[in-house]
Amino acid sequence: MSHERGIISTADRQRGLIRYGLPTIQVLIFIAVLIAGVGPLLWLLKSGVSTSQDILRGPMQLWPSGIQLKNIPDAWNRVQIGAYLGNTAFIAIGSMISTLFVCTTGAFVLSILRPKWGPVVTGAVLATLFLPGVISLVPLYMTVLKMPVLGISLQNTFWAVWLPQAAGAFNVLVMKRYFDSIPRELIEAARIDGASNLRLFTSLILPLSKPIVGVVALLTVIGSWKDYLWPLLVLPDPRLQPISVALPRVAKTTEISLQMSALFLAVLIPVVLFLLFQKQFLRGVGMAGGIKE
Amino acid sequence: MFQQRTDKPGRNGAQSWATWYRSGGLSAVFFALPLVLIFLYFSWGPIVRGLVLSFQKNNLVAPPEWVGMSNFSYVLTDPQLPQAALNTLYFCLLALIFGFPVPLFLAVFISELRKTGWLYNVLSYLPAVVPPVAAILLWTFFYDPSGAGVFNSILGWFGLGPFAWLNSQTLAMPAIVLEATWAGAGATSIIYLAALTGVRTELYEAAELDGAGIWSRVWHVTLPQIRGIILIMMLLQLIGTFQVFTEPFLFTGGGPNNATTTILLLIYRYAFINGDFGAATALSVLLAGVLCVLSVVYHFVTRRWSTT
Repeated sequence: MSHERGIISTADRQRGLIRYGLPTIQVLIFIAVLIAGVGPLLWLLKSGVSTSQDILRGPMQLWPSGIQLKNIPDAWNRVQIGAYLGNTAFIAIGSMISTLFVCTTGAFVLSILRPKWGPVVTGAVLATLFLPGVISLVPLYMTVLKMPVLGISLQNTFWAVWLPQAAGAFNVLVMKRYFDSIPRELIEAARIDGASNLRLFTSLILPLSKPIVGVVALLTVIGSWKDYLWPLLVLPDPRLQPISVALPRVAKTTEISLQMSALFLAVLIPVVLFLLFQKQFLRGVGMAGGIKE
Repeated sequence: MFQQRTDKPGRNGAQSWATWYRSGGLSAVFFALPLVLIFLYFSWGPIVRGLVLSFQKNNLVAPPEWVGMSNFSYVLTDPQLPQAALNTLYFCLLALIFGFPVPLFLAVFISELRKTGWLYNVLSYLPAVVPPVAAILLWTFFYDPSGAGVFNSILGWFGLGPFAWLNSQTLAMPAIVLEATWAGAGATSIIYLAALTGVRTELYEAAELDGAGIWSRVWHVTLPQIRGIILIMMLLQLIGTFQVFTEPFLFTGGGPNNATTTILLLIYRYAFINGDFGAATALSVLLAGVLCVLSVVYHFVTRRWSTT
């Protein structure tokens, strides 16, 4: 059986020190990763069903003095964790759709249609890549408060989160680079068959670029899932807030046991989703790293 | 029919418009519209507006008024700025010391495990799945300064502590970096792992024949082959940590005694607490100037590595 060799060779594995040392290191690292990865989640599970007294007095006791299962439905209904999670998902999916729409159509023009003015737009998009996000934080906020020309305010609407997310130069350029690698012969062939631009886009380019669309979608969802400052600024209405904005506000007013079960619920759903789709997920994130190169 | 029209002489202008239209020029404009509009409103526009704003006095109530460089001189002479700049640099440095080697080590280690690697992978990625704000609230509780706090009671078993953690001027920043490392290590190590699959393994054979031990194989064979991605991740981490906001904002709000006030926290205070949008953008522009240098370096590095 010949599997690919790594840094440590089979000959190395025979030697005494490594023969016993390696498994020891493996076990030690496993314990470390286990404590770091699962420890806080288990602690949260325990605290989520404990009384406030138990959490405060003996947070490291293995078994709480009494189990308070009603914390969980209380957190879901009274603290409205369910509604906030719904908002989070709605914001993430909307951001994903707007990002994909803008970067696929844009990349299609810049890479496939290549009008004369294309390079100017590409250059302008590329230039924003050099500027860090901080420079436009405040003016972006003012733009959302009162949209120039249109004169409307996007504050307290989901558009305020969806639309700015789509103005990501990285996504457009990644998509363009992928479209660039599609063989021109395919496009010429479709043209000869009489395909219009729209048809070329929907029936040839999009189906061919499923992998990159998947990666951009995944990265956008992760990004919007983690976002805190921007939704905090543009969604002051509590009914619209995603879980990340709502949790710190809620934490100030609710008792500790409910707080912990709220945190537990907020963590549970993404963790379960991740465990179910871990293979696809990790592959997608790994691919994203390759793109950054 | 089309033939006829193009045959007509002497109408060059109209003719070229017609060809432009027929070759799909108009639909190209339609396809570009979403990109151009979105970027005008949410990227190009705000960048230009930010530059303009930094020379204006603007509090959203009174009409904006030109004030020249006074925003910049106000920001630069603010006694809080040196402290905030030092804190930000300190955060970057600590994040580099803690957060940089951990995922790299983890990735090299996991790539050596053939059968059980995925398990380590999934476990170490778990913290990255936890919503960052939930993680911060959880860790705030872990960092409870009383003797009954989670970390203090664990350290208490070994006779250490209790520590004040977030309430201590010296420990607050390392505590924040520790959480950030915990949250970020798994995600970074996945990227290193993907890069490690491209390492040419026959070089290990050669190195081994030359008598190189395991450590020197890692140092001289593995790491040089992924140094491109290592450098990129380092630059991205620097650019990210310079703009750190959520962690200090939620953990300490900048305290105790401004020990964790970062530049971005200062910008936030200028804009959304004092309502001084001019000063806030002036500081943003200054920070962006510094980061711009980093991202230009990043760009040239990636160019060089992707062509070789």
